[in-house]
Amino acid sequence: MKLDKKLLRIAAGAATLALASLAGYVAAQPAQPKEKVIRIDAKRFDYTPGELTLKKGEAVILELTSRDVLMGFNLPDFNLRADMVPDKVTRVRFVPDKTGSFTFLCDVFCGSKHEEMNGRLTVIE
Amino acid sequence: MTSAINRRQFLQLAGLGGVGVVFASALPGVVHAAGQDDFYFVQLSDTHWGFEGPPNPDAKGTLRKAVASVNALGEQPDFIVFTGDLTHTTDDPVERRRRMAEFKDIVGGLRVKNVRFMPGEHDASLDAGKAFREFFGATNYTFDHKGVHFIALDNVSDPRALIGDEQLAWLAADLRQQRADAPIVVLTHRPLFDLAPQWDWATRDGAKAVELLMPFRNVTVFYGHIHQEHHHMTGHIAHHAAKGLMFPLPAPGSQPNRAPLPWDPAQPYKGLGFRSVDAELKEAAYKITEYPVVKA
Repeated sequence: MKLDKKLLRIAAGAATLALASLAGYVAAQPAQPKEKVIRIDAKRFDYTPGELTLKKGEAVILELTSRDVLMGFNLPDFNLRADMVPDKVTRVRFVPDKTGSFTFLCDVFCGSKHEEMNGRLTVIE
Repeated sequence: MTSAINRRQFLQLAGLGGVGVVFASALPGVVHAAGQDDFYFVQLSDTHWGFEGPPNPDAKGTLRKAVASVNALGEQPDFIVFTGDLTHTTDDPVERRRRMAEFKDIVGGLRVKNVRFMPGEHDASLDAGKAFREFFGATNYTFDHKGVHFIALDNVSDPRALIGDEQLAWLAADLRQQRADAPIVVLTHRPLFDLAPQWDWATRDGAKAVELLMPFRNVTVFYGHIHQEHHHMTGHIAHHAAKGLMFPLPAPGSQPNRAPLPWDPAQPYKGLGFRSVDAELKEAAYKITEYPVVKA
């Protein structure tokens, strides 16, 4: 009987410890892993940054905005595009699903060097 | 009949004489059976008046030379179309209008006075086509010529390269008036299909226009924008890109960017030119002939 009580206390203690650990884990870890946020600014006629390196399969949030006129962010190889609007941030979730080097470009005509306004995305393993 | 033969004789003579006329684009299945409704028109594109730079040391002379070459054609076309980028873009609305006025003055020297103009993004994307309309009229329209229904589609006044729902509804309404076998020619600036999206050589909602055109059996599209001859089929619809008249651009996707090809002093005006399009209605086909800017 004494043994039973002792076992019970140990079990209860272990359960308390386990709950405390779980609570600590929940407090430290959000429900989903935090995704990397990458801000891309456009102004006539370039992007900042103009080169990105991402990991295949790793989700990122692109925050897109323009510092002057309406621009576009077009990544044709991933069928991803969005307007880049002055004074407004457009958030786009992006998970690269293939490796390589890819062009992104402005697809909203913005002036004399519009044709030269592009950047490069490199996706690595 | 006689006039058609004369024109072909002229072309053959010109070719033998070293003018460099190239019958590079004749469509298959064309039968030379000139009838009373046969005609031809000339397409010029991407003149980029106002451009200056190493890709064309004769930037101020090329358009005039092209006008002279068109005027020298032995038999004049029924009409002439300019498929966009008449002027090179500028942020200055005054300068934009000055370039359009100069362009209009130069092409006013064409012997043929039936001339149709279309905007390119360099003409229209920075002001939604306002200056273009002041000088050249509507940016989208239709006209009929000897049994062929021509549709000018504007895919540049919206800087996002959109035809737009309103214009697509206009196109759908126009097409409802056409027979399924009507000869239809679409004139536009950008490709209506995804030629090279990495170079912005596309129209974002171009597939919607192609879908509207698809029920019609005899549709051909002539466009510009890419500064080179190019031919593509979407189903039974043929798309023919024209050379430009300021600087040539590289083949789609052939290099990382779409920078103009360098001027070749040994072969001035190489890659530039215009075309004639023979409409032979008995076959509902179009024979294309490419011309250099000047005689070799």
